[in-house]
Amino acid sequence: MAEKVIYAMYDDDDVLKDGAKKLVAKGVKISEVFSPFPIHGIDPIIGIKNTRLGIMAFLYGLTGLLLATIGMRFFMVVDWPMNIGGKPNFSYLDNMLAFIPITFEFTVLCAAHGMAITYLLRNKTLPGMPAQNPDPRTTDDKFVIEIRLSENDKFTSDELEGMLKETGLIELDQKEIK
Amino acid sequence: MHKEAAIREPLILGHKTYHDITEDVCRPIEDKAPRMWYILFGIALIIGLYGVGCILYLLGTGIGVWGLNKTIGWAWDITNFVWWVGIGHAGTLISAVLLLFRQKWRMAINRSAEAMTIFAVFMAGLFPLIHMGRLWVGYWTLPLPNQFGSLWVNFNSPLLWDVFAISTYLSVSLVFWYIGLIPDFATIRDRAKKPVAKKMYSILSFGWSGRAKHWNRFELVSLVLAGLATPLVFSVHSIVSFDFATSVIPGWHTTIFPPYFVAGAVFSGFAMVQTLMLIMRKAMGLEAYIHTKHVEYMNIVIMVTGSIVGTAYITELFISWYSGVEYESYAFINRATGPYWWAYWSMMTCNVISPQLMWFRKLRRSLLFTFIISIVVNIGMWFERYVIIVTSIHRDYIPGAWSMHYPSHIDLGVYVGTIGLFFVFFLLFARYFPVLALNEVKTILKSSGESYKNAPDHHDHSEESHSNH
Repeated sequence: MAEKVIYAMYDDDDVLKDGAKKLVAKGVKISEVFSPFPIHGIDPIIGIKNTRLGIMAFLYGLTGLLLATIGMRFFMVVDWPMNIGGKPNFSYLDNMLAFIPITFEFTVLCAAHGMAITYLLRNKTLPGMPAQNPDPRTTDDKFVIEIRLSENDKFTSDELEGMLKETGLIELDQKEIK
Repeated sequence: MHKEAAIREPLILGHKTYHDITEDVCRPIEDKAPRMWYILFGIALIIGLYGVGCILYLLGTGIGVWGLNKTIGWAWDITNFVWWVGIGHAGTLISAVLLLFRQKWRMAINRSAEAMTIFAVFMAGLFPLIHMGRLWVGYWTLPLPNQFGSLWVNFNSPLLWDVFAISTYLSVSLVFWYIGLIPDFATIRDRAKKPVAKKMYSILSFGWSGRAKHWNRFELVSLVLAGLATPLVFSVHSIVSFDFATSVIPGWHTTIFPPYFVAGAVFSGFAMVQTLMLIMRKAMGLEAYIHTKHVEYMNIVIMVTGSIVGTAYITELFISWYSGVEYESYAFINRATGPYWWAYWSMMTCNVISPQLMWFRKLRRSLLFTFIISIVVNIGMWFERYVIIVTSIHRDYIPGAWSMHYPSHIDLGVYVGTIGLFFVFFLLFARYFPVLALNEVKTILKSSGESYKNAPDHHDHSEESHSNH
């Protein structure tokens, strides 16, 4: 089903932020903001929740920590204890100090890569994905607010455009997207 | 928006707009490469290929072609390895540690410093691999099930810790660097006119569109990666130092090694960043973004870490006497007065004296002086590793086994070759990649850009700031 979308373009991040604040106060739902760099403070205005990727990083790190511990206990204590000058080689705890560097490295390895992969998958930013920004200038110096008519059935498109025009935008565009 | 004191020097000079930043960074990529680029690339490529030839000869013949002998089993190979890993410390320090400390000046240099880091770690990783002689069994360093028993790798050995440390450091730095590159590739993609370039940059940019939610995730991922990479920076060179510190060789088994190696690594890494950055800013017209203030900040880091290194040298010397262990004392007296005295005193001059000159404001703000010192520091840091490694082992316990190390032309070829390959990678990077984190730089334009800082609308104290200047 085709859907009508309004794109309002700004040339300053602060003007966009003030405009978005006014629109949201009037009850307009802003579905997306496209910008060349992060606009600090825009997320709570347009109702974007903070990402939970940090929690995921912690869980991946924990997985790495466990895997490294289990692995080294198996390799060095259970499967093939090495005789190094007759030192105790039958307990993990007695040998743990030597395993700390790799445990640490492996924890960081899993946390960093796990989080990075999750980030790319959640964003759907992967090799070969098509660009979805409405205007090529939004990766340079322009900022765009996207408003979907279906999400704003309280207003007609003319009313929305009228409100947008008061916010200091530089270009207004209507498109139909699938 | 975050306000900044008016007396703080602006980080972006001139009257730049967001679009100017895009233009300034993307133009060198879109224009034809200057003739100088081809000349430098050609020279680097020839040297690099010569190095590859030497490596192939080494692999085909055996590591006997190096100047090693029964007494000196480690020399240039490990010296070069530690030297390159050390150089590879600045990038992640700049992008991770300085991100955690919210240092805005990092944004102008982090991209190229990280690229430098990654290429330096590539070069470093090459040395242990070719030192195996049989490169094709390199996978034996990994704990893989095998038909020997199954006999595992020795998790008690610092050499194995190093395998994990270097590969984790390399891959995490690479991911950190690439995640920052994605939005900048998108900028180039959206500007590209030639179809091939458009296609390439759209693959590289992973379809980045700059949605608000994506930026929210981007900022958190950068922060968490910085938090993860920070202890990594310190752990990698600590573990490299364990390769020596856990042995029982006088001159090597020193508890001071980990902090001393980390400081030395940051010291040499920043020197390499200075060398590259001073040329790059000029060649690519980025003087407005990387200027005297950035150079001064980096020189202060060089001064501080250089002083830590100097203190460590003197502490080591003192402890070798104070310990009362005659082998230990001899190792150090031999370093300073033995047949390798020239290496020791080159190291002392380059690493202890030269950073102290940075106390003078005039000198640390002089670009020419900085350039010279940055090269002197890296020569000094190479000698440091050579002194630690070779002078500690060349006089064995039995005088009959005493020996000297003379590098062969293959030693030299492999070392110079890695410098060539490093520059091949760096020049390709400078040609095709955004050398400045251009979208991140835009976030500091309003708080640290010259035209915004001094504009009355944006600043309460603009009057005072004008009279101060």
